[in-house]
Amino acid sequence: MYSYTQYSRLRADLEAGACSCRALVEQCLQACETHKNLNAFLDLYADEALLRADQLDAQFRAGRNPGKLAGMVIALKDVICYKDHEVSASSKILKGFKSLYNATVTERLLQEGAIIIGRTNCDEFAMGASNENSAFGPVLNAADPSRVPGGSSGGSAVAVQTGMCHAALGSDTGGSIRQPAAFTGTVGLKPTYGRISRWGLLAYASSFDQIGPMTLTVADAALLLEVMAGPDQHDATCSTQTVDAYTLALDEAPEKPLRIAYLGDALDHPGLDTEIRLRSFDLFETLRSQGHTVEAVSFPYLDYMVPCYYVLTTAEASSNLSRYSGLTYGYRSPAAHDLESTFKRSRSEGFGPEVKRRIMLGTFVLSSDYYDAYYSKAQKVRRVIRDKTAALLEQYDFLLLPTTSTPPFRLGEKASDPIAMYLADLFTVQANLAGNPAISIPAGTNSAGLPFGMQVMAGNFKEAAMLRFSDYLSRLLP
Amino acid sequence: MSVAYEAVIGLEIHVQLITQSKAFCADSTAYGALPNTQVSPISLGHPGTLPRHNRSAVDYALKMGLALGCNITKENHYSRKNYFYADLPKGYQITQFNTPICEGGGVNIRLKDGSRKTVQLIRIHMEEDTGKSMHDQDPRDSLIDYNRAGTPLIEVVTAPDIRTGEEAYAFVTEIRRLVRYLDICDGNMEEGSLRCDANVSIRPIGTSTFGTKVEVKNMNSISNVRRAIDHEIERQRGILDAGGAVAGETRGFNALNGTTFSMRSKEMVNDYRYFPEPDLPPLILSDQYIAAVHKLMPELPETLFNRFTAELGLSEYDAGVLTDDKATAAYFLEVVKHTANYKSAANWVTVHIRGYLNEHAVGIDDFPLSGKRIADLIALIDSGQVSNSAAAQKLFPAMISHDGKSPLELAESLNLLQTGDADLIESIADEVLASLPQKVEEYRQGKTGLLGLFVGETMKRSKGKADPRKVNEVLLKKLGA
Repeated sequence: MYSYTQYSRLRADLEAGACSCRALVEQCLQACETHKNLNAFLDLYADEALLRADQLDAQFRAGRNPGKLAGMVIALKDVICYKDHEVSASSKILKGFKSLYNATVTERLLQEGAIIIGRTNCDEFAMGASNENSAFGPVLNAADPSRVPGGSSGGSAVAVQTGMCHAALGSDTGGSIRQPAAFTGTVGLKPTYGRISRWGLLAYASSFDQIGPMTLTVADAALLLEVMAGPDQHDATCSTQTVDAYTLALDEAPEKPLRIAYLGDALDHPGLDTEIRLRSFDLFETLRSQGHTVEAVSFPYLDYMVPCYYVLTTAEASSNLSRYSGLTYGYRSPAAHDLESTFKRSRSEGFGPEVKRRIMLGTFVLSSDYYDAYYSKAQKVRRVIRDKTAALLEQYDFLLLPTTSTPPFRLGEKASDPIAMYLADLFTVQANLAGNPAISIPAGTNSAGLPFGMQVMAGNFKEAAMLRFSDYLSRLLP
Repeated sequence: MSVAYEAVIGLEIHVQLITQSKAFCADSTAYGALPNTQVSPISLGHPGTLPRHNRSAVDYALKMGLALGCNITKENHYSRKNYFYADLPKGYQITQFNTPICEGGGVNIRLKDGSRKTVQLIRIHMEEDTGKSMHDQDPRDSLIDYNRAGTPLIEVVTAPDIRTGEEAYAFVTEIRRLVRYLDICDGNMEEGSLRCDANVSIRPIGTSTFGTKVEVKNMNSISNVRRAIDHEIERQRGILDAGGAVAGETRGFNALNGTTFSMRSKEMVNDYRYFPEPDLPPLILSDQYIAAVHKLMPELPETLFNRFTAELGLSEYDAGVLTDDKATAAYFLEVVKHTANYKSAANWVTVHIRGYLNEHAVGIDDFPLSGKRIADLIALIDSGQVSNSAAAQKLFPAMISHDGKSPLELAESLNLLQTGDADLIESIADEVLASLPQKVEEYRQGKTGLLGLFVGETMKRSKGKADPRKVNEVLLKKLGA
């Protein structure tokens, strides 16, 4: 049994032949079998993964370098395209659909020797905060199977939490990587908007979506970001900003005292769990004792963030999901008999209730009578939030907040109350509205043994500094 | 009592750009390929695909705007126009809504009566085309060809400045000529690469409020644009004269009987939910960039027309024919580089060369003789060495089949060179007059029309080599004696 924590500790053993890729894959497959009940995977590519492991082992034996990720076992959230493999966004409407091409991230992982082990369950079209919106059943939290793992990248989070893979990719539109990472005691990174190509990511809300790694350690998140980030001719919104060597600066304590802010309103928010609040203040104290400045700042937009986020993301989603029409691919209703019934029936039967709710909401806010009242206004609010966040991150090195206001909640607890569910994104949507990078790192467990996370935000494209600080922080945390 | 009405017409013209690849992906745009063979996952709107800018589509739109004197938008945003239809794979069309690449500008048209008019433009914007639904290929199902989906278009929208079908005809003709000059569209209305919709309303002359607007579609030729509009004006006049009200609707044109028919009522209007396309960052056009595109543009037909009439002294008719297409104008310009006899050059291009091209059904680009050689031919005629008719009937065909030899060499070998040799002409003239004493007598008694007979006979006996002017001169002298 190999106890995996981070890839850099494994690499020497692989090169020396002390450990084989095949053994690693077998071990992951064993974990998948053991934790089958958690419903983390929709598909396992066991034979392919073993075959690839053997090829990589042969290369290691021949003394060649099979890539920066050779032997790393990775799962893809079911919204990321992998050529000739099914991708369904955990929706009935795409059941059985196989992608004709690789997402840019998939391509880059494969080029560096990663082993793709399967695709993970998630909320349908990445819409949700509990993974209860999957057409293929909920994912359960390994820390307490009566509780949700968070969402929408719940399957990826649980796969990493239980060793079913070494790392997984998620997508984050309003917290869909960070919130499940917090709920499962894993690391979840949402890079700056435009840092990683979205080519091959099934769009939920295009101006918010980012792919990111979910890992056990900050070091692995840095390594995967290094491989996946950078310009891509397929994605016009992908940045040409140079990719830093994110892995190099880790393991070093900060050279100088840092200026850290937290949102006073967030820590005072009535919805914030008492234990998480206390533990956050403990962490602030620890940082102060290390010579850093930690200050409360006023950010009077907290209550506007979730509404603004939902107006804009549903608007984009209502358009992005129009292509699922039953016409050229995906689910077509057997009752369809002409063009209109093909659209109406296929979409009515193919989409789940939460997706339909968001399509309707988005259609409404874009309709000509309400466009100015909702969509235009929300865009203005987004600009204010972006500018104020950027100003704050000029003034301070980092923003530090709990990732979520509560520990993992029970299955069904919020399923009937969409507003309560939407508030699960309270602390995470800011980074998607503003576009800046953010990461959730494990902050231990509460008295009931439930994991929670701390979130670090940094200025645009300051992932290197953010990862370095997060790594330092993770050594201060339990 | 019948009221006098005027029509108020605005046109929307879709111009399909002849870029190599589609507006937002690398698929080919070639016309006529087998259905659904030019479709990548992007064209088909597959999950996870994203659009990317095609720079040449932008350049083409820019050229059109510059040619029409539009204001160019520096910061271009794209929008999504959302609706469900079978030929729209993504469920939305990428278009420009708030920031069309061109605003303002105008098109100058010439009407048959010689008058001129400027039709103002509201905007030109960039967008992508849809696929094509085919309802007549299968007895049960409609079929869809997505080859066209994503082909770049520009839409030219005029102000309601047009008043008659003839003006619309002239406008579309001018647009077609221009897109062909600019090499941005093949201008083929039958194949749908140029499509025109007309918004037509009528109102009593002297009033300034607009009547109810009817949109007319499906006009697949420029003359059908005129026919459809003329018919629609008459139809609306008939309704108003009968005391009725025109219904706001979309009507199609039936080319078989020249009438329009109702397609759908305007009350069922779609809410397209336009919003900024989040997958494409704004496209910024710098002054430098615009200037660089401007530099690549050819001289425009209107400029050439004005030059040909004002500087070269050509008739409006000749100037019109010569500027009809860019290749003809370019050929003419090549000829006049080598000759100052502009009228003769125009005549050779518009009559003889065009005749040859029509007869052989080829374009001027495939015409074998260089402009320089036509200029040489004109010089030979002007020097009196070859007659006009010999040049047109014998030398010109010979030059085409023996390209390479100079017109002079060919004229020599074909024995077409005219002689100005007075002795020779006099001796032939004497022979002719001697052989026709009766006619000479009649001439002298006043039948001067017989001069042509003597000239013709002299020319014939000289085997066409005598200079007809000289022959005339000699005969008059002899007959007058």
